[in-house]
Amino acid sequence: MSALKLTDICVALDGTPVLDRVNLNLGTGEFVSLLGPSGAGKSTLFRLMTGDLVADRGTILLDGAPLDDGMTPFAFMPQRDALMPWRRVLDNLTLGLEVQGVSRTAARAKVLPLLGEFGLKGYAQHYPAQLSGGMRQRAALLRTVVQDRPVQLLDEPFGALDALTRVGMQRWLEARWRAARWTTLLITHDVREAVALSDRIYVLSRKPARVIAEFLLPHPRPRFQPDADADLVGLEAEILQTLLAQTGD
Amino acid sequence: MRIDRPHSAGARVQTALPALLSVLAAFAVWEAYVRLSGISALVLPAPSRVIDQMILHRALLWQNTLPTLQATLIGFSCSMLVAFTFSIVIDFLPRLRRALFPIFVISQTLPLVAIAPLVVLWFGFELTPKILLVALVTFFPMLVALVDGYASTDRDIEALLRSMGASRKTIFVRARLPSALPYFFAGLRISITYAVVAAIFAEYVGARAGLGIVILNAKNSFRPDLMLAAVVISSLLTLTLFAATAILQTIMLRWREAGARSGGST
Ligand SMILES: Nc1ncnc2c1ncn2[C@@H]1O[C@H](COP(=O)(O)OP(=O)(O)OP(=O)(O)O)[C@@H](O)[C@H]1O
Ligand SMILES: [Mg+2]
Repeated sequence: MSALKLTDICVALDGTPVLDRVNLNLGTGEFVSLLGPSGAGKSTLFRLMTGDLVADRGTILLDGAPLDDGMTPFAFMPQRDALMPWRRVLDNLTLGLEVQGVSRTAARAKVLPLLGEFGLKGYAQHYPAQLSGGMRQRAALLRTVVQDRPVQLLDEPFGALDALTRVGMQRWLEARWRAARWTTLLITHDVREAVALSDRIYVLSRKPARVIAEFLLPHPRPRFQPDADADLVGLEAEILQTLLAQTGD
Repeated sequence: MRIDRPHSAGARVQTALPALLSVLAAFAVWEAYVRLSGISALVLPAPSRVIDQMILHRALLWQNTLPTLQATLIGFSCSMLVAFTFSIVIDFLPRLRRALFPIFVISQTLPLVAIAPLVVLWFGFELTPKILLVALVTFFPMLVALVDGYASTDRDIEALLRSMGASRKTIFVRARLPSALPYFFAGLRISITYAVVAAIFAEYVGARAGLGIVILNAKNSFRPDLMLAAVVISSLLTLTLFAATAILQTIMLRWREAGARSGGST
């Protein structure tokens, strides 16, 4: 279950078209990345799925059925961390579980063992304002994954991390994804990251965004050693070219 | 960088010192003027005389402070409760906002001088009219603060909660209400300074006891010294309530202090 299919999505914001007939397909348990120039409309796609925005045209199907109001199949990590400044870090991490109706004790029991891996040990009782940018982002990611929803929507989850932590978190996410088999849609600007993690990559055009390229990556995992697979290196260069053609004028 | 803020008692005294000195200086000038000019105490009593009166009439002042305090606190609590209720109703039914706000705004344009005697006429000399007047004066600033506060909620946080399947009510409780708290306290601090004045004014117009009555009686018997003694008490009352809200604010908004102390991150 939890295959996601977006068909012919069109959206205009304030009169300007942002998405222009976007088609995306995510198989169950598939890891899909979305690349595209800044301002293309990637985050807007997530807003559509989480119900923050209604499409002017097109359909979003989950396992063949349209999304219903009561349904919450998504664990969503917004581009800006959206941590609640008035909640301590621990209470931010358990937010999704609490909203699901999980008891506070159970929610904490689930989150606490993960603090170390996310570099948040000793910060459970701090407020978000007392964290660094990278720590905030890791907290937001942890808040997302502990919800254990069938579909993960991650909007640039590693953008604020230093290169070393980033690779660490990417490995962690991949391991976790392999175990849980969430259907995952990842927005990123990092082509190498997309190549390392994805089964499939979509590249969007400039605004109004449409899909201009789709790449399938059935290559063996893990793929974190650079240059290990000549095919992947070539693919990375090709994707980069496709993107550059969109960003340059 | 950590920005040092006055947290220790010593540092706090240091920040309060300039204010204290300027107040003392003003009183010293006043005292000197009265003494040197030989002006009659029936026109302008010296601060020392006002203090003497406060000590001499402490029983009377104390007896009359209590009713004023009572009216202020009850009126203020009622007004807070009503403001909260209305703010929630308006938040859930935005259309009501357009229907109700004009009425509230008009209520703020009514001159107290005219309204107070009417309210006393309608509700008598007991507690009710005082409560009503205090509530009338303090209700609107708090309502506006709350409504603006809800509107200040981070859209990303609301979208996040919605993605988690949160209901409108959950979003209100978990996001909108906490977002409004800093605004609410700003409104609270403004309102509380109006509250004591409103209570005293209501008493002045008609009551059995209270600082307003002390002021009225002192005025009628040409005793500016006693009037000023009551005025000092009423200022102290306002300052105390103001300090109480400030303390409540630091307790309730600890997270803001935490953010400020770390000097903001990223
Ligand atoms: N509320 C809005 N009203 C009008 N236009 C909007 C609104 N929100 C976003 N846009 C526009 O929609 C476009 C797409 O925005 P979106 O946030 O989806 O971009 P993005 O692809 O996520 O970019 P980035 O990679 O920089 O995060 C942008 O050009 C932006 O100007
Ligand atoms: Mg974006």
